[in-house]
Amino acid sequence: MDIVTQAIEGGFADPVFDAQTVFRAVMDAMARPGKLQPLPVFTRPPTPLSATAGAIALALCDNDTPLWLDPALQASATVKSWLGFHTGAPLANTPADAHFALIATPAEMMALDGFSQGTQDYPDRSTTLILEVSDLVSGAPLLLEGPGIEKTATIAPAQMPRHFVEQWKQNNQRFPRGVDIILATSEAIACLPRTTRIKTMEA
Amino acid sequence: MRGQEARDQAERKAVMATLAQSTGDDIVRLWNEAGLPSEAELLRGPETGLVTVRGRIGGGGAPFNIGEAAVTRATVRLASGQVGHCYALGRDKQKARLAAIADALWQDPAHRNEVEARLVAPLRAALAKARDQRRAETAATKVDFFTMVRGED
Amino acid sequence: MYVAVKGGEAAIRNAHKLLADRRRGDRSVPTLRLDQIVEQLALGADRVMSEGSLYDRELAALAIVQARGDMIEAIFLVRAYRTTLPRFGYTRAIDTGTMLVERRVSATYKDLPGGQLLGPTFDYTHRLLDPELAAGGEVAEPEQRAGEAEAMPRVSAILAREGLIESDGDMPEDHVPGDITREPLAFPMARDIRLQALSRGDEGFLLALGYSTQRGYARNHPFVGEVRIGEVELALDVPELPFAVPLGSIRVTECQMVNQFKGSAKAPPQFTRGYGLVFGQSERKAMAMALCDRALRASELGEDVVAAAQDEEFVISHSDNVQATGFVEHLKLPHYVDFQAELDLVRRMRAEHDARENAGKAEEKREAAE
Repeated sequence: MDIVTQAIEGGFADPVFDAQTVFRAVMDAMARPGKLQPLPVFTRPPTPLSATAGAIALALCDNDTPLWLDPALQASATVKSWLGFHTGAPLANTPADAHFALIATPAEMMALDGFSQGTQDYPDRSTTLILEVSDLVSGAPLLLEGPGIEKTATIAPAQMPRHFVEQWKQNNQRFPRGVDIILATSEAIACLPRTTRIKTMEA
Repeated sequence: MRGQEARDQAERKAVMATLAQSTGDDIVRLWNEAGLPSEAELLRGPETGLVTVRGRIGGGGAPFNIGEAAVTRATVRLASGQVGHCYALGRDKQKARLAAIADALWQDPAHRNEVEARLVAPLRAALAKARDQRRAETAATKVDFFTMVRGED
Repeated sequence: MYVAVKGGEAAIRNAHKLLADRRRGDRSVPTLRLDQIVEQLALGADRVMSEGSLYDRELAALAIVQARGDMIEAIFLVRAYRTTLPRFGYTRAIDTGTMLVERRVSATYKDLPGGQLLGPTFDYTHRLLDPELAAGGEVAEPEQRAGEAEAMPRVSAILAREGLIESDGDMPEDHVPGDITREPLAFPMARDIRLQALSRGDEGFLLALGYSTQRGYARNHPFVGEVRIGEVELALDVPELPFAVPLGSIRVTECQMVNQFKGSAKAPPQFTRGYGLVFGQSERKAMAMALCDRALRASELGEDVVAAAQDEEFVISHSDNVQATGFVEHLKLPHYVDFQAELDLVRRMRAEHDARENAGKAEEKREAAE
């Protein structure tokens, strides 16, 4: 299959309703941090972009949202063309210009503070990070608390960034500025909005 | 870019320009007369959206945004594999779909001549005629100044 | 304080039905078709496109019908509609130098390359109402004049050759044009953002301000260097194609206003310029826009800001007729609770006032009696 075809196939079959379903899942996941929202396969993007991350990008990104890709995705011309064709989103010059960032290999990703943190007047102008992870059970467990969590919630996402707990604590301290994270596995998503705190677990 | 590729791109762009400028009615009429195939898989659209039109300060300076224009686009694929696109001002979805198919057919060596001769050439001729007429009508309102000599020498 | 009040559903429903009836009017009169408006009320549709900030003739015509000919209501409808559409991108900047010209006149040069082309103008008509139009008689085809198409460089280029006019407005190389549909207004603003706001601004408001500069409120000695109307081609860069895809043509009106300028601490004596560019055929709007653009450049050119037309915050904040009509017209909506509070306040103040008056009168009486 040539690059043109790969770049064009595999978008939403039913653009309006598919985008609404994905948006609803992201909204619910943001409102209930750490709770898994199942998501059927809506897209068939070129590798290494996952179907879930691809669907989130198609639902949320458009011509007005500069998009940043991590080096693994950046290396694929087909991924760039696919996102360009289906979303129209321009590629951000730097992570600090990005409204959304797609990260295929979170374990190797740059520090969270390198992305846009928003401003004190417009904290909504920070980057929303979409991290592709293989699952939410095999990594180091994270005990979560904060708005949208009744007592505590636990997820254990695999392949998380280095020193993630420490980085997240710093992200909390920048409030109301700071990034939000969407964790995307092959069948579900879970979110870590900037209001969610990670409790240090007693050993 | 190799010369042939550049020429192909310029020709393809000219075909897309002709299709975008023409009315949906003209395209449908010529399409049916030529009996061009209208089956294609829709990969995107036809969908209507906006483009923001830009001008330049003072005519040639820095760009600025004037306002939006409605545009309808479509992307199709033929059974033979060619992918065709259309972007055209307005909200005519049937025109966008047919123009995208025309773009795809034009890329297929088996159909290029037919598309050129039966669809694009007549559209181009009609557009040129309309343009010439408009120019001639405007030219008739051109002021021919003449100087009146006054007094005696 | 706001108190929710329910009621009026039936009244509103019936009012909408009545509106639909009055819009249709006498059923024995044929219904207006949109193509009739597009063809025969073309300049009205152009105004709706320009101030509605959406280039689409049929939609403008529909809005005019739906609004019963109320232009600001029609503009409002178009503005509301455009928010429902996704945006595919920004076009390449149009080149008015390659316009298919339908009208082009200059007040500064008699003989200029391409000549003076009057086009379909109201100028030189006698402004006498024409009963023949009411009778709906046949209209003759226009004259044609054969000849080669001549290039029509912008007049500003001619003055530029002498070095007596400032250049087209330049910005730093990496300047990204601002967009008032995406970023909130902030003052002071760059000229590109101002021009976007002026281009969709209310024709009447800009006309009045432009007129005020001519009458001495920030006089800037304007001449129409050139007005041109015609069609320009649009092209859009898209990720899936290796070239800018042609979209078709739109009609625009461009005005180059040339202003005598005696020089200031910031700039030498020369001709300065104001620029107008609007959708459709509307030279009044383009000229008014150019006058306002020039007036608003006062600070940039080192002039004193002494008049309304030079006050950026005043002009730009009040040029949008959809915003203006929204705020003015909202006054007719129920303010029952606010007004109750006002009533109480005025009654109390009146009671206090009366008490003071009476006390004063009693005092006077007592003094007179003594």
